[in-house]
Amino acid sequence: MPAPADLYKISTTPELLAQSFVTYLRAMGINVPIAATVVFHEALGAIGVQERNNVYWAGRTTLLSQPSDIPTYDEAFRTFWEGSMKLEIKEDTPTKEFIQVGNEEVELEENSEDRMAQDNVISLKYSPSEILKNKDFALYSEEELNEVYDLMKSIESIGGTRQSRRKITTSKQSVHPNLKKMVRSSFKTGGEPIKRHFIQHGEKTRNVVFLLDISGSMDSYARALLRFIQAAVIGRRRVEAFTLGTRLTRVTKELSNRDLDVALSRASQSIPDWSGGTRIGDSLANFVNNWGQRGMGRGSTIVILSDGWDRGDSEIMTEQMGRLSRLSHQIIWMNPLKASPGYEPLAQGMAAAIPFIDHFIEGHSLESLSDLAELLTE
Amino acid sequence: MELFVPKDVGQVQAGLKDHGYFASEGLASAIFLSLTLKRPLFLEGEPGVGKTEVAKVLSSWLQTELIRLQCYEGLDASQAMYEWDYSRQLLHLRASEASGRATEIDEKTLEDELYDERFLVKRPLLQAIDSQGRTSPVLLIDEIDRADDEFEAFLLEILSDYSITIPEIGSFTASVPPIVVITSNRTRDVHDALKRRCLYHWVEHPGYEREIEIIKTKAPDVAPKLVKQIAAVVEQMREMSLYKPPGVSESIDWALALDRLGSRNLNEEAILSTIGALLKYHEDQQKVKGKDLNQVLQNAYARAG
Repeated sequence: MPAPADLYKISTTPELLAQSFVTYLRAMGINVPIAATVVFHEALGAIGVQERNNVYWAGRTTLLSQPSDIPTYDEAFRTFWEGSMKLEIKEDTPTKEFIQVGNEEVELEENSEDRMAQDNVISLKYSPSEILKNKDFALYSEEELNEVYDLMKSIESIGGTRQSRRKITTSKQSVHPNLKKMVRSSFKTGGEPIKRHFIQHGEKTRNVVFLLDISGSMDSYARALLRFIQAAVIGRRRVEAFTLGTRLTRVTKELSNRDLDVALSRASQSIPDWSGGTRIGDSLANFVNNWGQRGMGRGSTIVILSDGWDRGDSEIMTEQMGRLSRLSHQIIWMNPLKASPGYEPLAQGMAAAIPFIDHFIEGHSLESLSDLAELLTE
Repeated sequence: MELFVPKDVGQVQAGLKDHGYFASEGLASAIFLSLTLKRPLFLEGEPGVGKTEVAKVLSSWLQTELIRLQCYEGLDASQAMYEWDYSRQLLHLRASEASGRATEIDEKTLEDELYDERFLVKRPLLQAIDSQGRTSPVLLIDEIDRADDEFEAFLLEILSDYSITIPEIGSFTASVPPIVVITSNRTRDVHDALKRRCLYHWVEHPGYEREIEIIKTKAPDVAPKLVKQIAAVVEQMREMSLYKPPGVSESIDWALALDRLGSRNLNEEAILSTIGALLKYHEDQQKVKGKDLNQVLQNAYARAG
C-alpha cells in the first residue's frame, strides 16, 4: 500500500521526484517498465515542470501504455502532484478459496504419473482412469481439480489452421515462382534459370476466443473450466479469454502466467462479478463492439462455455449471436447441463442462441474437453 | 540532415493548426515530446479519430517527405524493408551470357554486379533510413495491429538502431532518425517491447468545440450554423452506444453530403436522407431512426445556439 503522498514529496530533485512518482504509480497498480522512468525524466527536462498540464501529459505519454490505466493515473497524479491527499487505496481483494493447492502436490503428481504409466488406452491420450474421464466437474474436490490440471494441459491439439498471407518456400510446384531462389541457383548454370523453385501460402493457427460464463449457476464448473482455459492460453498463441457475467472482463493477460496459482489468483482479482448474475446478451454485445468486430472475432473460433441461463432480454441475445456468427469462423457452445439426462435447451438465452451455434457440446467432464479439442483441430 | 526541434507545446499546436489539424493539448504534448526526445510516437484510438492524419500534417508542417507503410497480414521484410529486383537481375545475367561476358569474368565478379545497389528496390523502412532529403522524413507505420506479430520483431530492431543490414551490400544507418508515427486501431494488443520504445498517446474523439473547428477547416463551404448543428448531433450519437460511433472523418463526410444536398439547417428529413454518410451499420441506422429524432434536433439547436 502506498504511503501518504507527502512522504514522497520530501525529495526535491527532478530525478528523485520522477522516480518517486513512478514508485507511487506502481503502488497504485500500474505496471511501469524501468526504461519508462528514464524517458519520463528526459521528458520533464524537455517540457519543463512549471506548468501542471505539461507534467501531466509528459507522464501520461511516457509512463502509460494502455487506455485502461488512465483513470488510475489521473487519480495518482492528483494525489501526488496536487497533494489533495484524498487517498482511497483499495485493499488487495482477498483471493478466492478455490486456488489453494494442497501441500501434497508432489505426491499427487507422482501418483498421476504412475497411473499414466499403467494406462495403455489409446483412444484418449490424456486419460489416467475411466473414473476421472467421465466424472462431472461439479463433483470434483479442490485436490482432484489440481490433479486433472496436468491432464488438461496435455489436451494440446487446440487450434485449427487457416491459410496465411505469408508465403513460404515449397518443394511442390505452385503458381508462384520463388524468384529469389531461382536467381541464386542460376549462378551454377551460367545465368540460365534451369531449376525452378516455388513459394506458396503458409498456414496460420486460427484465433480461438474463450468466453466463460462465471455467473452463480455456473459456479461449480467455472473453476474447472478456468483451469482448462489457462492451460490453453499458455499452451499456444492466438488464444484470448474473457469472462461473461454481469459484465465482460478480459483475462488473457492474467491467465498467461505459467504458474497456475498466480494466474488464477490474478484472474479472480480482476473479475469483479464472480458468481454474480448473468446478462450474457449484454456481455456478448460488449465483446462484439469492443473486441470482436474490430478484429479479434474475425475468422476466429469462438468457444462459449455457459449453461445459457440469461436474465437479460432474449432479443439482445439473438441479435448479438447473429453478429458473432457473421464475424466468426465457427461458434462452439459448451453447456455443462447438456450431459444431464433429458436436457432440453429451454433456458431463454440458450434457446435464443441455438440457431447460431455450429457445435453444441457437453462441457462437464474431461472427456467433453477432449471433444472440444478435436473440434478445434478440424 | 537536421531534425527540427520545437520550442514548446504551443508551437506544435499552432504549427499543426496552420495546416488544418486541431490537436488536443495532450496530443500536442505527445508530438512535442516525440520530436524533442527523438522517440517514435505510438497513437492508438477508435477508427476515424484522425491518427493517420497526424503524420500527414506533421510532414506538411515540417516540409519534409512522408513515407508511409500500410500494414497488412503477411507483410514481410521484402515488402517493408527491401527486395532485389529479380527480373532485372535475371535480364542482366542473360545479357552477360548472350554477349559472352559471362565466360570472360569470374563468377564472383558477376555476382557482385548483380547485387549492386542499382538492383535494390527500397521499401518504406529502408527509404526512411536512407533518406537523402534536407530534413528527416516522417515515417508513418499505419495500422500496425493488422500486421502479424512476426513483423513487430523487425520493427524492434529498426526502431532502436535506425539501421538496416543487407548481407550483400552492408549496413544503412540513418544520420538523423526519421520522425516515426505508428498507429493502431487496437484490434489486438501490440507487444509491450515495441510500446516500450515509443511514446504512447490514446487519441479520443474531439469535443464539441474542436469538432466544429475541424469540420470548418476540412469543409469550408458548409454553412457555419449547420456545422454547429452537425457537431451537436454527432456528439449525442456517440452517447447512444452504437456498434460504431461516428468518428471525425464521418462527421466531415456527413457535412459535405448535407451541403451537397443544399441543406442550410438540419432537419429530420435531411438526417434520414444522408445517414449513410455517418452510420455504416444497418442496426445503428435503425437505432437512430427509432430514437426521438425531434428531441435530438431540439438538443442540437439549443447547443448550437
